Amino acid sequence: MDFLQRFAIPHPSPAIYASMVAIALVSIAIVAGLTYYKKWGYLWTEWLTTVDHKKIGIMYLISALLMLFRGGADAIMMRAQLATPEAKLLDAQHYNEIFTTHGVVMIIFMAMPFIFAFMNLIVPLQIGARDVAFPRLNALSFWLFFAGAMLFNISFVVGGSPDAGWTSYFPLAGNDFSTSVGTNYYMLAIQISGIGSLMTGINMCTTILKMRAPGMTLMKMPMFTWSAFIANVIIIFAFPVLTVALIMGTTDRLFGTNFFTTGNGGMDMLWANFFWVWGHPEVYILILPAFGLYSEIISTFSGRNLYGYKSMVASMVLISLLSFLVWTHHFFTMGQGALTNSIFSVTTMAIAVPTGVKIFNWLFTLWKGKIRFTVPMLYSIGFIPLFTIGGVTGVMLAMSAADYQYHNTMFLVAHFHNAIIPGVVFAMLAGLTYYWPKFFGFMLNEKIGKSTFWLLSIGFILAFFPMYITGLDGQARRMYTYSESTGFGALNMVSFVGAALMAIGFVTIVWNVYYSFKHSSRDIGSDPWDARSLEWATHTPVPVYNFAKVPQIRSSEAFWDAKKHGHQLFTGKQEEIHMPNNSGVPFIMGMIFFVCGFSFVFALWIPAVVSLIGIFVCMGLRSFEKDHGYHISVKEVEETEKLLGGASK
Amino acid sequence: MKIDHSQPLEYSTDQNQLNILGFWIFLGAEIMLFATLFTAYFTLEGRTGTGPTPAEIFEITPVLIETLVLLTSSFTIGLGVHAMRLGRKNAMITFFTTTLLLGLVFLGVEIYEFMHYYHVGATYQTSAFTAALLTTLGTHGAHVTLGLFWGTFIILQVKKRGLTPETANKSFIFSLYWHFLDVVWIFIFSFIYLKGMM
Amino acid sequence: MKRKWSLLASLTTLVVFLTGCEPLLVLDPKGPQAARQASDIMLSIGIMSVIVIVVFAILIYMLWKYRASKQSDDYEPPHIEGNIWVEIICVGVPVLIVAYLSFVSIKSNYIVESTPVGYEDQEPLVIYASSSDWKWHFSYPEQGIETVNYVYIPADRPVEFKLYSYGPITSFWIPQLGGQKYAMSDMVTTLHLAADYPGEFMGRNANFSGKGTAENTFIATAMSQEDFDEWVEEVHDTAEPITEDEFEELLEPGHLGRMTFTGTHLEFSPAPEHNHGSETEQDSTKLHEETDHSGH
Repeated sequence: MDFLQRFAIPHPSPAIYASMVAIALVSIAIVAGLTYYKKWGYLWTEWLTTVDHKKIGIMYLISALLMLFRGGADAIMMRAQLATPEAKLLDAQHYNEIFTTHGVVMIIFMAMPFIFAFMNLIVPLQIGARDVAFPRLNALSFWLFFAGAMLFNISFVVGGSPDAGWTSYFPLAGNDFSTSVGTNYYMLAIQISGIGSLMTGINMCTTILKMRAPGMTLMKMPMFTWSAFIANVIIIFAFPVLTVALIMGTTDRLFGTNFFTTGNGGMDMLWANFFWVWGHPEVYILILPAFGLYSEIISTFSGRNLYGYKSMVASMVLISLLSFLVWTHHFFTMGQGALTNSIFSVTTMAIAVPTGVKIFNWLFTLWKGKIRFTVPMLYSIGFIPLFTIGGVTGVMLAMSAADYQYHNTMFLVAHFHNAIIPGVVFAMLAGLTYYWPKFFGFMLNEKIGKSTFWLLSIGFILAFFPMYITGLDGQARRMYTYSESTGFGALNMVSFVGAALMAIGFVTIVWNVYYSFKHSSRDIGSDPWDARSLEWATHTPVPVYNFAKVPQIRSSEAFWDAKKHGHQLFTGKQEEIHMPNNSGVPFIMGMIFFVCGFSFVFALWIPAVVSLIGIFVCMGLRSFEKDHGYHISVKEVEETEKLLGGASK
Repeated sequence: MKIDHSQPLEYSTDQNQLNILGFWIFLGAEIMLFATLFTAYFTLEGRTGTGPTPAEIFEITPVLIETLVLLTSSFTIGLGVHAMRLGRKNAMITFFTTTLLLGLVFLGVEIYEFMHYYHVGATYQTSAFTAALLTTLGTHGAHVTLGLFWGTFIILQVKKRGLTPETANKSFIFSLYWHFLDVVWIFIFSFIYLKGMM
Repeated sequence: MKRKWSLLASLTTLVVFLTGCEPLLVLDPKGPQAARQASDIMLSIGIMSVIVIVVFAILIYMLWKYRASKQSDDYEPPHIEGNIWVEIICVGVPVLIVAYLSFVSIKSNYIVESTPVGYEDQEPLVIYASSSDWKWHFSYPEQGIETVNYVYIPADRPVEFKLYSYGPITSFWIPQLGGQKYAMSDMVTTLHLAADYPGEFMGRNANFSGKGTAENTFIATAMSQEDFDEWVEEVHDTAEPITEDEFEELLEPGHLGRMTFTGTHLEFSPAPEHNHGSETEQDSTKLHEETDHSGH
């Protein structure tokens, strides 16, 4: 009984019990459904063991959407609690858990898989490759992310959620002040999915450097591929820092070391430094691929090539360098003195310059164009002004002396949501709508899509702009309540209304998928948007081998070249295609990692050691395995091509 | 599989080239990992709390043995790769085996060193300094341990399957890994031990 | 110059209007540090508004002029590479703006990290402010008194708050007197403030430190030097001395009302100014010297 006691929730509430029941029912329903419809085999052969970058991308996409709703549920609870002064909806402990999980879920388990989804779906197609460099590693990356996400999400029904904020500053996150296992979950779940992210970084960089179609020099890569490349370079340099910080945090909590404690020489500031040395580049890991998507979309729907291609690339390179030189601006108030603050203030503001260049380049892409107001384009057009506001408030925060007043207030919360929602979330939804037909064979409904856009934009403005004002009025962030005399009530109510509108907006996305699945035409051809880059040159839906023949590239807009200037993309004789084999090992390893993480969370050493050995056994088996993939014969390829509508242009 | 005979065996297929580039990029990430550990160590070096200082616990003899052994192993694996390029399978296996044996000696001495720290009261929990020291050394040691297993697997494969593009590729990548561990050790030796003993 | 100020004034009015006519705390400074920060904030809002307006204007123009519905069906947008002059302007203007703001920012850094402007000739009052879950302890070493959850300071005199924490990182913040600074368990940070006027100001911990963060507040009262001296005397006459046991009890997690003691806890539980290993002691003194340099 004592043994089971530790898995109990330290601060139970009816909502959590209801969630437990809901989770149990949904799990039973899924298992029963799969059994009834005899879909276990399908699930295993088509999805769990797949190494196809497109299917892995789709799995990332589904996970990201699920996590969006998990994080969104947290958000709406927070806004509801703060809508009125001294509300009793949540107590302090629950509020703390909710804002912590909101932050972690949205950044690590929503935004990251969303960008990985697009990298997986688009990059190999944009560079004319058959798959990524290490397809099996790619599957492992996904399953590690998935294991981390599941581990993090069960925290609130088994043992308690983390409650020290998504930044998890020590000593608050240490054993003395954070007594539940919640922060163990934080450390291990992020660690596991972080290893997956790092492997994706290595995989994507190798893919982009080595597997481009003939003729595609670096400066002829489509902009999304460029942005993905730079984001992955940042991943390679930033994530190991997080790995080390998390190891130290874990040993502090589980083995009693003194890295960040208050005694025996421990240094709480070291965590904050490490966290943000990873954390600030992380912001650019998320935003650069979003910029890449916007570049593709704005160019497509302006009917024009991207303005200032070279300066776009140069500014991204510059941003990636600067992103490692600004971390201190997250704690100007730590007492480093005026000199240090001045240096980091200047480096931070310097980022505004390359970012500004990008904004103007997008604006000039519209110039002399032929602008079509489709849903992806609406998001991009909404992004420009809203993100500009988010950006300039960032410059304001960069003024370190003034930051002493913004720091830890709702002003800061308004700023980073203003950068992330129009910057990343809008980009993901734009990309989702834009690339949906490529992978699912039908368009999302434009009418519903447009109402989603307006709900989200108006909701966003209502939810976050009032926070700039309450922040300047002294409302600190992460407070579960405030008194009536502070006068924050009215504006917080506006925020809640905005958040509610956004919630409705997100629900309409689900409705849109369902509605379009039922009613949309399946006869859309392979190029429904009149697009420009290589990914649109193959069939819809994309065959497993992507391109029957390897394309020959002349410019960064290969497909446009082919459509308008009669460039022959696919020449030569059809050859046999070599493809990688499916494998169940990545999935199994992911599950073992999950068990391992869970055992560490609860300090169950026997299963922890056993599962660690299991992981190494999997790696050892892989070393001895002979896996040369399989070949698709010329005849088979020709048959598939005929079925999909003849050899493409 | 297309084999390009103008290249050394380990580079001879497309997948081999991808593997080698990918591994170099992985080593880039490893550099960041150890750089972070070093940063933590240098920050916490003086924060000994109630525990011992570096000068009080470091012993030169085991460290010198470790350094010598690991440097030699880096040399022997270099010879191993050279033998592989000449197609001399048995010589290569001998050199790789020597490398791993030297690695085993390194690991043994390091375990002795850790026991010594334990006996003089510098445990994992003693202070921020000891935690940073043991984590940095331990991470390196764990890499060596993993390398011992990995290397053994590769030797077995070369023995059984001969020098194919695949086994050559694996052996070459393993040699990169082993050299990298040696470089990290040189940093540990100079900036942790020598600096700490001064 | 005049136009700039009128722009700032109109923006201030706008912000004030938006919030129901009561000035926002941060933009209603009562001391030189907060005033400097408020003027930086207004300046940056002004400049940034111009940038936002320019972007909006270009965007609306482009969308209006080049929308597909306005163009003939056979219009083919041209292929345009970047133009070097356009790029130079797009880089140059932001660089100028950032350079100007950097200049202001650096100047302000040194100002807020030193004795408040106009008070350099006065000896600052030193108050140790330490946080525990979820209270603030104020120790007046010169006066030999200690308070909990409220602080009295003389107006028109510089105050040096020495900040540290018994537990999680907290952030000491009195918005109307100046911005915040962290209180941490292993070093002491210094916050220079001064109140130009007597009055009561809201103060709080702005950094999340667990369950009780929201209620981790205090009131700062600025009064004339005479009133302050009178209060000190009164405390010495009426309050009980603080003992180590009692202080340990105060440190227990929870909330407390206002309390007053004679003596300070610094005598038996000193601030962490030099409390770790031999080498870091130097480091931390160095750090403090750095902060102090900026102060003098």
